[in-house]
Amino acid sequence: MSSNLNINTGSNTTVSPGGLPSRRNTELAMLVFAVLIPVFAYANVGLAKDGSLPAGMLGYGLGLGLLATVCHVVVRRWAPYADPLMLPISTLLNGLGLVLIWRLDQEPNITTPALGGAMAPGQLIWSTLGVALFIGVLLFLKDHRVLQRYTYISMVVALILLILPMFFPARFGARIWITIPGVGSLQPGEFAKIIIAVFFAGYLMVKRDALALASRRFMGLYLPRGRDLGPILAIWALSLMILVFETDLGTSLLFFGLFVIMLYVATERTSWVVFGLALSGAGAVAVASFAGHVQSRVDGWLDPLARENGGVTETAQAMFSFGSGGILGSGLGQGYSRLIGGIAPKSDYILATVGEELGLTGVMAILVLYALLIERGMRTSLAARDPFGKLLAVGLAGAFALQVFVVAGGVTGLIPLTGMTMPFLAQGGSSVIANWALVAILLRISDTARRPAPAPAPNSDAEMTQVVR
Amino acid sequence: MNKPLRRVAVFCGLLILALLARVNYVQFVQADELSEHEDNRRVAIERYAQPRGNILTSDGKPITGSTETEGTDFKYKRTYKNGPVWAPVTGYASQAFGATQLEALNDGILTGDDDRLFFNRTVDMLTGKPQKGGNVVTTLNSKAQKAAFEGLGDKKGAVAAIDPESGAVLALASTPSYDPSSFAGNGDKDSEAWSGLQKEKNEDQPMLNRALRQTYPPGSTFKVVTAAAALESGDYGLDDKTDSPTPYRLPDSSTDLGNDGDNPACKNASIRVAMQWSCNTVFAKMSDELGNDKMREMSEKFGYGNGELDIPVRAAESDYPKDNRPQNAMAGIGQASNRATPLEMAMVASAVANDGSLMKPYMVDKLVAPNLNVVEQTKPKQLGEPVSSDNAQKLQEAMETVVEKGTGTTAQIPGVTVGGKTGTAQHGENNNQNPYAWFISYAKGEDGSSPVAVAVVIESSDTSRDEIAGSKLAAPVAKDVMKAILDTKQ
Repeated sequence: MSSNLNINTGSNTTVSPGGLPSRRNTELAMLVFAVLIPVFAYANVGLAKDGSLPAGMLGYGLGLGLLATVCHVVVRRWAPYADPLMLPISTLLNGLGLVLIWRLDQEPNITTPALGGAMAPGQLIWSTLGVALFIGVLLFLKDHRVLQRYTYISMVVALILLILPMFFPARFGARIWITIPGVGSLQPGEFAKIIIAVFFAGYLMVKRDALALASRRFMGLYLPRGRDLGPILAIWALSLMILVFETDLGTSLLFFGLFVIMLYVATERTSWVVFGLALSGAGAVAVASFAGHVQSRVDGWLDPLARENGGVTETAQAMFSFGSGGILGSGLGQGYSRLIGGIAPKSDYILATVGEELGLTGVMAILVLYALLIERGMRTSLAARDPFGKLLAVGLAGAFALQVFVVAGGVTGLIPLTGMTMPFLAQGGSSVIANWALVAILLRISDTARRPAPAPAPNSDAEMTQVVR
Repeated sequence: MNKPLRRVAVFCGLLILALLARVNYVQFVQADELSEHEDNRRVAIERYAQPRGNILTSDGKPITGSTETEGTDFKYKRTYKNGPVWAPVTGYASQAFGATQLEALNDGILTGDDDRLFFNRTVDMLTGKPQKGGNVVTTLNSKAQKAAFEGLGDKKGAVAAIDPESGAVLALASTPSYDPSSFAGNGDKDSEAWSGLQKEKNEDQPMLNRALRQTYPPGSTFKVVTAAAALESGDYGLDDKTDSPTPYRLPDSSTDLGNDGDNPACKNASIRVAMQWSCNTVFAKMSDELGNDKMREMSEKFGYGNGELDIPVRAAESDYPKDNRPQNAMAGIGQASNRATPLEMAMVASAVANDGSLMKPYMVDKLVAPNLNVVEQTKPKQLGEPVSSDNAQKLQEAMETVVEKGTGTTAQIPGVTVGGKTGTAQHGENNNQNPYAWFISYAKGEDGSSPVAVAVVIESSDTSRDEIAGSKLAAPVAKDVMKAILDTKQ
């Protein structure tokens, strides 16, 4: 276990100085592509819709380029050893998301004032705020272990964030928003995702030995003691409550999955996974059998093309979008994903637009981008030297992976649909801000992990120990 | 901690892999099914993205059109010229309610999406021209169609006219009809028009294609088939006296069957005389003597029992059922469970007129590409030979007697040989509803060949019962249709 390395000598003499290349130039080169591709996509939409380059193209390109440059400079200065892939991928996904939303804004049917009008300008502001938060995290969070101090405060904040939406009216069939008059609405679940990962990481780092070792063996599984079961049952109950009172299948799945993953990594006990899966399975079946909202989602999943009250459902429209896109897609600006109706094509169903206009190829490319981002997060976790960093990184990357799976799986009909947003791609301020913060924390952990150790104090006794990377 | 970490990483990889597999399934395996699904509006959007090709009459006049629309997904809208007249032929193509009949069956040609138009499409694409649809040229004669529609007037009924030598459909009318233009768009007015035409709202079922899709008891017109079976059996001659009492007591039953007006000529009448006066007694007994199997066999040779008669719109199946003796005797005079479409009875008349050879009816002459190249030409096809040429000529003699001096004198056309058969089919429990008035006929040209065979059925009428007879209601319509065809031929 690499964490042991930190305590065996009291200083980092085990790692040789000099270390790894910073890879900042790689990041810069890829950022150029990450900016150029959305700009090209933007031009593509304009040419397809009006036959001319869109008027805002220069501004959009410069804006995205400026954001990317600022991010890069900040990373170069304050997190020089951070992972080189995460920033370009986030920039590319965010840029493409903006283009897709702008492209859907060109459809008058779904851009009426009643539906909130054009959404790309707002999303651009949210993205800028997200980037600002990204920079803020890198500037002020010098070491991710600082977060460890806020373990229990995080828990309280996360609970408040999760419970708060219950007191606000439901929108679009789910109670996951807080509406602040004059400002707009927030989806606290997106932020809670990060904060609860901080809490789990801090809590499990302290409790993992107790959880892992004090157990009884039963039928080949190590069963936890009753009192250690407390927290997992509490989280389970909480996620069920979210499901029942906020009718939010996605968030509840996300939190429970996140907890099980982190518990497993912390304790290395397979029994926790089995236990977690059994609990979530039982909970899901119980809730699905009496909550009408969940039931209708399941019905829509089993028969996506079925008509509802004689009309074609959103689910069916999304499937038609994917099917009509085929392998290569109709080309940006030339699809009919607006048929899904309302603002759904810009938010929950944005992947359907990718599917129709960029085809199977485009969807696969987007999914591979997500996969890369997730696996870079996992690598960060592997490389991290402290258990808190490991747990936090796997938690954040795991939450991201679960979210991508739940949303993309729901939209393509692999699993029942849940109301969550495609990270970076979909319209939604909370989502884009929270995900930029998430990436910033991962970058900070990877920077700490890959940073060469400070030159050791001369110690004539110590021989160079074998390097573990 | 690294071992479970690697496992979690692999698990996340598997999640993405599952997503990749799923999108491949949806966008590759299911793609065609989804992109052509009836609920997928893209199908309609593409269908109306360019002016739709037209459906033409045999003399090349379009009976459809296209007009540009504003403010919807659809750029063009289908229009129809004399919609109610041609609706049983064209069917409809509606932005909101899909397409039927020729509009649906030839959708590929009309939109230009057909594989056979691939070359045209490619050329258009290279030269930057918008895609164009091809035309569907039908075999229908506009004058005959007009005569049929006007002849039916405000009565409920149908007309089918065929060219006996080729099987080409010359007229196909059904009343009450509807104007497919009225719901070709997708606005509120279109929905209103559409729902007003549905069965639930409109008892007259204007959208029912009575000429093709509705079966009726054929009544006395079926006696032609019974006579054909009798002649073919060799046991009967055209002018040989039969042993037929009046009234005739149905076999295994205590019901007596009589004739209209107790016509004394029907006693022991020959086939010719029995046809002339439409003697129920003679043909019911004949049907009984021939037996159910022989009667079924002959009716099937004339086209009964064919559930897949596509002209190319599919016609309903006409049925001469397996039945017991009294029912079979009644079926022999077109009653009991005997059911036929107007098209089927026109086929009977056409086979007789064409010296015993039954041609397959068709109403699409050719499909034409936008550049006027013929994409597909329909060739006349023989369906069978229900009666020998000799016997067909005997049947012609009998049918000509009917028009010359029998029940069908109302169909006479000066200077033209016309053969026909009237029918008045009972309808409802104990004949309590208005009967169906039938007339089937053919006309002969100067060279002795016959260019037209017609079947007319009139379902109901406000006229009092005894007045309703094929001769009074249906025969004049048939006569007008035949005249229209003869006029065009000259």
